Amino acid sequence: MEIVQSVSSYTLTTGILLGCLGIILLPSIVYAAFLLGAVFFCLAGMYVLLHADFVAATQVLVYVGAINVLILFAIMLVNPQDAPARALDSPPIVPSIACIGLLGLLIQMIITTAWITPPWTPEPNSLLVIGGHLFSDCLLPFEILSLVLLVALVGAIVLARRDPAEI
Amino acid sequence: MLFQSCLLLAAGMFCIGLYGVLTSRNVVRVLMSLELLLNAVNLNLITFSNFVDSHEMKGQVLALFVIALAAAEAAIGLAIILSIYRNQRTVDPNQFNLLKW
Repeated sequence: MEIVQSVSSYTLTTGILLGCLGIILLPSIVYAAFLLGAVFFCLAGMYVLLHADFVAATQVLVYVGAINVLILFAIMLVNPQDAPARALDSPPIVPSIACIGLLGLLIQMIITTAWITPPWTPEPNSLLVIGGHLFSDCLLPFEILSLVLLVALVGAIVLARRDPAEI
Repeated sequence: MLFQSCLLLAAGMFCIGLYGVLTSRNVVRVLMSLELLLNAVNLNLITFSNFVDSHEMKGQVLALFVIALAAAEAAIGLAIILSIYRNQRTVDPNQFNLLKW
């Protein structure tokens, strides 16, 4: 079982890292959007490895099924035929130094901290525990989240519709 | 070992997403890198929930909230990009400078 877990985790980690690098480095935005979908799928696999099965299913449904499709629709609608000349850009020195510095700091913190993890207790049904939380101590954020989603839905429709005077 | 490797993966995803947000010439790519940032945070939350809080899984509940809020924010962000594209016909974030004096 340890072999299956370690092979899966290494494969998924490699897939996620290569996908992320492809998203920021590939010049074609459509390839980047499909790689984003692949990264979301591999992340759902990592969540299954980490005993978060309901969050893995939600990740596939919401991120791949809704957000990635929405991004692909937006790429189809927003398609500038004249691409800006990239060769005139100066190389981004300050963002590179900042990101690599932050990465080094985080790696050093993760490796040198003596993490204390209590012995793992098997929880057979994560859905019951999550549902219990959502209706007992996380009830207020849950209700406010429904309001946020309603406002976001109405706001996105109002922002993206064509002005009735144009038609 | 899985614990540290998941934390390192989340840190790597966060820094790659941060670089994408800061340096993309296409604003849809900026939004995609923003989703990478949020997913890195989710992976961190679920890793800690699995190894430290495996009985109550509060990290997974917070990850669900982050997923829902990321969906709302992606919808609004793409609606804004559509509106700007209709007016300015560009998706370069360096050219969104109508509010500059």
